[in-house]
Amino acid sequence: MDTKKQNKLAIGALYGIAGLVVLILLALLGYILASGLPQLSWHFLTAPAKAFLKGGGVGVQLFNSFYLLILAMAISFPIALGAAIYLYEYARDNWVTTTIRTAIEILSSLPSVVVGLFGFLFFVVKLRLGFSILSGAFALTFFNLPLLTRSIEDSLRTIDLEQREGGLALGLSRWETVTRVILPAAVPSILTGVILSAGRVFGEAAALIYTAGQSAPALNFADWNPFNISSPLNPMRPAETLAVHIWKINSEGIMPDAKAISSGSSAVLIIAILLFNFAARYVGKRLYKRLTSA
Amino acid sequence: MKTKTTQQLEQQLKRHSKAAKLEIWGRTISLTALLLIVAVVVAIIGFVASKGIATFTSNHVNLWDFLTGKSWNPNITDANGKPEVGALPMIVGSFLITILSAIVATPFAIGTAVFMNEISPNKGAKILQPVTELLVGIPSVVYGFIGLSVVVPTTRAIFGGSGFGILSGTCVLFVMILPTVTSMSADALKSVPRYYREASLALGATQWQTIYKVVLRAATPGLMTAVVFGMARAFGEALAVQMVIGNAALMPNSLVSPSSTLTSVLTTGIGNTVMGSLQNNALWSLALVLLLMSLVFNLIIRLIGRKGRLQ
Repeated sequence: MDTKKQNKLAIGALYGIAGLVVLILLALLGYILASGLPQLSWHFLTAPAKAFLKGGGVGVQLFNSFYLLILAMAISFPIALGAAIYLYEYARDNWVTTTIRTAIEILSSLPSVVVGLFGFLFFVVKLRLGFSILSGAFALTFFNLPLLTRSIEDSLRTIDLEQREGGLALGLSRWETVTRVILPAAVPSILTGVILSAGRVFGEAAALIYTAGQSAPALNFADWNPFNISSPLNPMRPAETLAVHIWKINSEGIMPDAKAISSGSSAVLIIAILLFNFAARYVGKRLYKRLTSA
Repeated sequence: MKTKTTQQLEQQLKRHSKAAKLEIWGRTISLTALLLIVAVVVAIIGFVASKGIATFTSNHVNLWDFLTGKSWNPNITDANGKPEVGALPMIVGSFLITILSAIVATPFAIGTAVFMNEISPNKGAKILQPVTELLVGIPSVVYGFIGLSVVVPTTRAIFGGSGFGILSGTCVLFVMILPTVTSMSADALKSVPRYYREASLALGATQWQTIYKVVLRAATPGLMTAVVFGMARAFGEALAVQMVIGNAALMPNSLVSPSSTLTSVLTTGIGNTVMGSLQNNALWSLALVLLLMSLVFNLIIRLIGRKGRLQ
């Protein structure tokens, strides 16, 4: 076979492969949305789940997902920010830094179920926090820290060295340069990274089944005192999230409409993640324009 | 009188300025944050290792028996009075499902990445890239749910049986790691300098020859990293696999018979055993195997990276 024919054949095959992959991926998205969207209604999104009967909703799970997300981000963001600043702005290029980087990489490659099991062992059992929002938030923090640290470090890397030199030349200390010059310039891309990692945290389940628990006690949405057991804000209550709910009702659920509820919940998860993705792009661009007047 | 003022002056000069104090404070805070992450890594490895070793130290299970035993039934003791904790079925299940899904996913992922980067960068940037980026973020339970409601019934219809098993798990993991491996492969191809392609085309090579003999070779370390990364993800995936594998701790004798993986046994088992019991410790040993394997994957990625840099 001459090379021209070979070339045509190979490129045709590549077209085929790419087409097939697009088809698979679109079918996947299409299936989730097509089977899930009809289930969505105000009732579905707000009503509490029913264990044995039809017609339950995912209101409590949805709330739990957002609450856990906010708590986990509130704990992990400052730590990740500090770590990224130290790694990129202060750390010298020596074996200690390399070791620390390796440790962070190891943490990011750990299966989330292992992180969840550690959370179970340490927070649920050792610290006696029980299956609670707090245990879940810590487990999610561990899951999130390496990814967020890396993404913030990458954001810092995109800022020109001249900016740092400029700050130092003005007589600012390193810390002042970072907080007054570098961070404001890096805010758009840091925020993009934060929103994208929020999407990952929102859909995480394996790290949560043994930390935040697999049950969602009914909540009284009129009671916002965090010390009451039925208050939505109580951090010590068990909290099944939306992702855990999908897993739970599919592997051991006995409700008659488990499939419909999982379809609906999957669609909600996907839509939330779509929104996170779009928000990340939009907010990043918008902020960049405002902050840099570019 | 005079000595006092020099003393005061000395003190004043030696005192840290406000900015210097802020600098020290900021540096300490950020270092603390970094050390906290390191402490978390050490704690996770330490805790899981100490629990995982307990099976061998306090329950006196032979390590070799654990790794090669074929029957997993921690509640029952065998004829010799030893508990049946053979983890081989789960280890085989995990490896089988990982390797199979990587074998299926690799050509698709690299093919798509080549298409995105070399053949039609326009369509790639417009359609493929956003779609893959979006799919990287889809939660694994959603993949599991689709596996349960689409893949398992299809396998059942074609091969009979329950439909649960390694084949269904492979299908789910294939789709799950495909976006990850694709986008990492695309990054690897992107880092091949443009003049490589120009030189090859200038020599009269066809586009395919350029792709196959120049671009893919130059990007090999990056592509391998992408595949190993996908394998690591497949190996550690818990819920999506658990939902479609059938959860029978038996040696997989065919691709469509129910079996189990390290992660699936862990997710179903940990909640149903009592802390400190042999049944529980055996599960922690499985978690330790999982942890060690993820370290191995990490090491492989590192070695590939180092080798790629030397060339």
